Amino acid sequence: MLHIKCPHCGMRSQIEFSYGGDATVKRPELGKEISDQDWDNFVYNRKSLRGKHWELWQHLSGCRQWIKVQRDTATHEIFKTLKANEEIS
Amino acid sequence: MTQSFRLESGGLINRDKKISFKFNGKNYYGYEGDTLASALIANGVHLIGRSFKYHRPRGFFGAGVDEPYAIVQLYRNGETEPNIKATEQELFEGLEAKSVNCWPSVNFDVGAINNFLKIFLPAGFYYKTFMWPKSFWYKIYEPFIRRAAGLGTASIKHDKERYEHKYEYCDVLITGSGPSGLASAYSAAKNGAKVILAEDKSRFGGTLLTSEVNIGNQSGKEWADSIISELKEMPNVTLKNRSQVFGYYDHNMLVMSERISDHLPKTKKYHPKQRLWYIRAKEVLISSGSIERPIVFGNNDTPGVMLSSAAKEYMKVYGVLVGKKPLIFTNNDSGYETAIEFKKNGVDPIILDTRKEPQSEIIEEAKNMNINIKNSYVVVAAQGYKKVKSADIAKISDDKEELGSVENIKCDCICVSGFWTPTIHLASQSGNKTKFNEEIDAFVPDISKQNEKTLGAANGIYTLEETLKDSFEKGNLLSKKITNNENKVSFPNVVEKKSTVHDKFWCVPLPKGKNYKRFLDFQNDVAVSDIEIALKEGYRSIEHVKRYTTLGMATDQGKTSNLNGLQLVSKIENKVVPAVGHTTFRPPYSPVSIGAIVGREVGKHSKPTRKSPMHSWHEKNNAVFVDAGVWLRPRYYKRGDENLFEASKREAKNVRTNVGVCDVTTLGKIDIKGPDAAEFLNRVYTNAWLKLPVGKARYGVMLREDGIVMDDGTTTRISENHYHMTTTTAQAANVLSHLEYYLQLVWPELNVNVVSTTEQWAGAAIAGPKSREVLKKLFPNTDVTNEGLPFMGYMEGDLFGVKAKIFRISFSGELAYEVNVESDYGYFMWEKIIEVGEEFGIQPYGTEALSTLRIEMGHVAGSELDGRTIPYDNSLEGLLSKKKDFIGKRSLSRKAFAAEDRQKIVGVVPLDKKTSIPEGSHLVKDSNAPLPNPKLGYISASCWSVEHDNPFSLAILKDGKNMIGEKLFVMSPLKNKVIPVEIVSSHYVDPKGERVRS
Ligand SMILES: [Zn+2]
Repeated sequence: MLHIKCPHCGMRSQIEFSYGGDATVKRPELGKEISDQDWDNFVYNRKSLRGKHWELWQHLSGCRQWIKVQRDTATHEIFKTLKANEEIS
Repeated sequence: MTQSFRLESGGLINRDKKISFKFNGKNYYGYEGDTLASALIANGVHLIGRSFKYHRPRGFFGAGVDEPYAIVQLYRNGETEPNIKATEQELFEGLEAKSVNCWPSVNFDVGAINNFLKIFLPAGFYYKTFMWPKSFWYKIYEPFIRRAAGLGTASIKHDKERYEHKYEYCDVLITGSGPSGLASAYSAAKNGAKVILAEDKSRFGGTLLTSEVNIGNQSGKEWADSIISELKEMPNVTLKNRSQVFGYYDHNMLVMSERISDHLPKTKKYHPKQRLWYIRAKEVLISSGSIERPIVFGNNDTPGVMLSSAAKEYMKVYGVLVGKKPLIFTNNDSGYETAIEFKKNGVDPIILDTRKEPQSEIIEEAKNMNINIKNSYVVVAAQGYKKVKSADIAKISDDKEELGSVENIKCDCICVSGFWTPTIHLASQSGNKTKFNEEIDAFVPDISKQNEKTLGAANGIYTLEETLKDSFEKGNLLSKKITNNENKVSFPNVVEKKSTVHDKFWCVPLPKGKNYKRFLDFQNDVAVSDIEIALKEGYRSIEHVKRYTTLGMATDQGKTSNLNGLQLVSKIENKVVPAVGHTTFRPPYSPVSIGAIVGREVGKHSKPTRKSPMHSWHEKNNAVFVDAGVWLRPRYYKRGDENLFEASKREAKNVRTNVGVCDVTTLGKIDIKGPDAAEFLNRVYTNAWLKLPVGKARYGVMLREDGIVMDDGTTTRISENHYHMTTTTAQAANVLSHLEYYLQLVWPELNVNVVSTTEQWAGAAIAGPKSREVLKKLFPNTDVTNEGLPFMGYMEGDLFGVKAKIFRISFSGELAYEVNVESDYGYFMWEKIIEVGEEFGIQPYGTEALSTLRIEMGHVAGSELDGRTIPYDNSLEGLLSKKKDFIGKRSLSRKAFAAEDRQKIVGVVPLDKKTSIPEGSHLVKDSNAPLPNPKLGYISASCWSVEHDNPFSLAILKDGKNMIGEKLFVMSPLKNKVIPVEIVSSHYVDPKGERVRS
């Protein structure tokens, strides 16, 4: 079971969180024209990386904040966690 | 029966307390502190079971967790448990155990015929022998294999025992209480670290209990006892015996199973049987020691052949002789220690040492005791069927290829030592890749991946002095890092006998003309010949060889078999052992009971049960409940002898003709506040929200980004910047997360807050043509006329002194209201509704009637919004705004979603107007078409229409728009039904929707 540092609450066990997918995907702006391909890329197409990956988790049974977590998908090592409003660097 | 193999004195057992027990129906005695194994051996019982494949007789091989054979079925306090190792099971008064894997009895076993048919049961025998003919599998092969090869029988009764889970955090977790565990725990504890020391056995001390050493001015055991008693007094130390750390998971989380009551005749009141610990440790010190390695020779599975360390442990800990004419077969000095112990107890052993001229302090001592030592000698084969009676021995050449002439000597046990294998299971599970240590011919941990260090014998360090030094140091270093506190322990003086190098000999060649079975894996009956066949057949990867031959599988997990198996593969393949590699060690290290894994999450405790504030009223009024997500809801209220069908029909009809009341507390409720709340709703829902006036409710549908309907519900504008959203019961939690996602991550610029208020409000739906009359009585001072509170209107009211929210919304399709009060007043509200409604014939209705009402109205619910449908499919396309963008809108223009013949919701009526239609059935054009019959759609929900008094269903049907009036067939292969039906509009009752506005 992973041990995730919530930027608001501190180290907590994985059971308190739920996974939310790739954190680098940006939702297209509302009302803007967008090609089928670009929309499909936003909705469906993911890279499924092996290695370092920025992903979203929600601290569901804690502060309910969505957070960004940089994790190695192969080793499960967690390098960094950010608040929702902090930019991935 | 007398304990004829019990020594006069000695051991750590309590000879003042005799304990009676039963094995295979026979009564025996042992002492407090015995294991089932030690007590049986004391009574001269060596035949304990039959082997897995060939049903050869099985005895004891080890004295603890490494035991591959002695697995029994245990009976305790009216319950039975399979797969118990006799070497681990502590004796208690009244214990009963039986052999497994033998049928009809351990002494006469039908399956032993396999032994003579072994040509049919080589490697991969499951795959080969039982393949054909296919029809034989279920009827003949499988039942036979299950009966003949099972390791025990699981109870089918409900387990009355209690199992607990515990979450724990510590600075240092130490697994094993031998010399390295004690030393590291002691120095870590002295530095103030929070320490957990786990010991699998009932006694702390590990090898210190059986080795002849001195630490300071104490014996090994005295030193261990004194350290333990000091640790016990320290508040920062948790000592746990009978506790096996069996799994090492991510981020330094380890799981330990603690056997609290298994050694007692009966679990004490308020005590659990076992407790599972989830331990998050800052540092882990693995001090799990090592397991003695067997040497492979002919018939080496005969009862009486066992590890030399086990023979020593039976003498030193239990005061039991495993034999009175022992033969010690060794390639290192450890066998000598066992021989010396025998000699001290008045028994003359013979040592066969594969080495030519070894010299060391220990060997010198054995010689001085006049022990018979034969150098360059090996055991060729054990003789005897149910117990060793003699051994064929021979001289072996210096290159270990040639055997001299074979002689037979009498013996009643053969104690084998093939040197030591570090127990690296936990280190390997942690992600440590491990490396091969040539000197000890075994794998040891390599570079740590998590915060783990391996100490002592588990790390291939076999001298006490080095072990203690390293362990004191590591314990000190790691704890100092955490506590910033150093309280150094002075290193004691160690006296131990020096040993010399071992002989890397592991397998005795077969003498000419003999074809003895030489076993590698004793639990799974894998012999040298099986591995040879597997390799001949082309299996190369060690992982494949393992699965094909079953080497190192099951509860054994390669504890005794692993290295010899690798040696063999590397020899045949002409590779070095590290090039062959070892198979992955996976948790659990040792079997864990299912009860411990499940813990308290059994029956009703497997998930929380939520009840509405009106629950006790429902109970008092004969409600029959149904699980609705995590909630318990009344399904119907039983009157007299009514069944579900009759009761729900009565309740639904009463709503259509009079008035009914339904507990809708379980609906999800979300409070939404903020200046941008309207804009937010406008983006979340598919329809327009900017112009909804205060005091009005609106029905809304929300989509996922992929265009699929996520949920529906009504949202009401309570005041300028305050909305009350309702969701379906099932989606409440998901919708909240969904809203939070967009507010926190996608549109953080919107000034909006959301919070769940599901539990804060109790809700009652009052529905039916007479519902307004009920409302008037409930709220005499409020204008609830059609003008004062029109359809989709909202107002606050005073319900006999309680503040209430009144929504004029309808799920049933009748004139209806939903009244909410704060949860604590829910019961009061409900009673008042029933009281004032009595004169109008009010009846409570449950979820079954609720479904009937919505189905015949064609209102969609969870069975249509099932994560596979878009708004069009549910005839909700009228709610899609063309003027604005919303979540998921762009997906709706995808080709498939815009197809002309897209599926759509329809109504379905059986032609005979009698046959009810099973939910989940398929719709087809021709019921006699060849299979697979093309499916046109499926039945999503079924009811008995109370309005039309015939069955009615909703279906999602291909090209549903153009199918009204068509005749199709409903097919349900599950219920074996074919029903001719007509497709009608999904709005079966009041298609114009006049009633809700009346
Ligand atoms: Zn948090």
